[in-house]
Amino acid sequence: MEFEKTNDGKTMNIELIGEIDSMNVTEIEEKLLKEVEGVTDMTFDLKELEYISSAGLRMLLQMQKMMKTQGNMVVINTNEEVMEIFKVTGFVRLLNIA
Amino acid sequence: MKELTIDATRENLSAVFTFLQDALTECGAPKKLIRQIKLCVEEIYINIASYAYSPDVGTARILFDTSGIVGGEPPLRAVITFIDSGKPYDPLAKEDPDIGLDLDDTPIGGLGIFIVKETMDDVGYERKDGHNIFRMEKTVDVQAN
Repeated sequence: MEFEKTNDGKTMNIELIGEIDSMNVTEIEEKLLKEVEGVTDMTFDLKELEYISSAGLRMLLQMQKMMKTQGNMVVINTNEEVMEIFKVTGFVRLLNIA
Repeated sequence: MKELTIDATRENLSAVFTFLQDALTECGAPKKLIRQIKLCVEEIYINIASYAYSPDVGTARILFDTSGIVGGEPPLRAVITFIDSGKPYDPLAKEDPDIGLDLDDTPIGGLGIFIVKETMDDVGYERKDGHNIFRMEKTVDVQAN
């Protein structure tokens, strides 16, 4: 997993790279929760995301719920395989997928 | 048949992944299928690691077997079985989540087993001689490589 972020206070871009599973999701979650205060526009770029388990879905759902109260969150560049998981789990409706 | 016996800890998920990846690669499974099965293996294994022996640590056995014929009839099928001797727990007894709820009403979590049921061709659970035995099967389409 690699984690990249630019933070100008209100806008946050997160690139999820590689694999997000039960072993590394906590680290990502902790980093995000530390930085999310005051953010009004959050973008998750999934271009380089190859694998996401339900642990990663939980994290995305938690962020979407949180961002609903303080701004906007969008998920971009979702590949076909990850999109299949989003469809099976109903996340295509829950997440703002551009 | 291949077998992996390990302490059922979350940290050992990577050993489980390696075991599975090697076994599936050996029988010619395409990468996409390997990732799909990996997803299901993670859900079942993490359940065992988190709850079966909690707060203690116990052993998990993971068996990998195949049936059928490569590209033939019946087609090649990967059969993965998880065995633990922890608390009785049937993951399939849990009701499926309602995936039609809106964001505010959707609870966080509870999707793991549902993903397994939707992804695998067949799943089954039995409690036998003090063991939880969870089996899942998926047809391996070697042509998709």
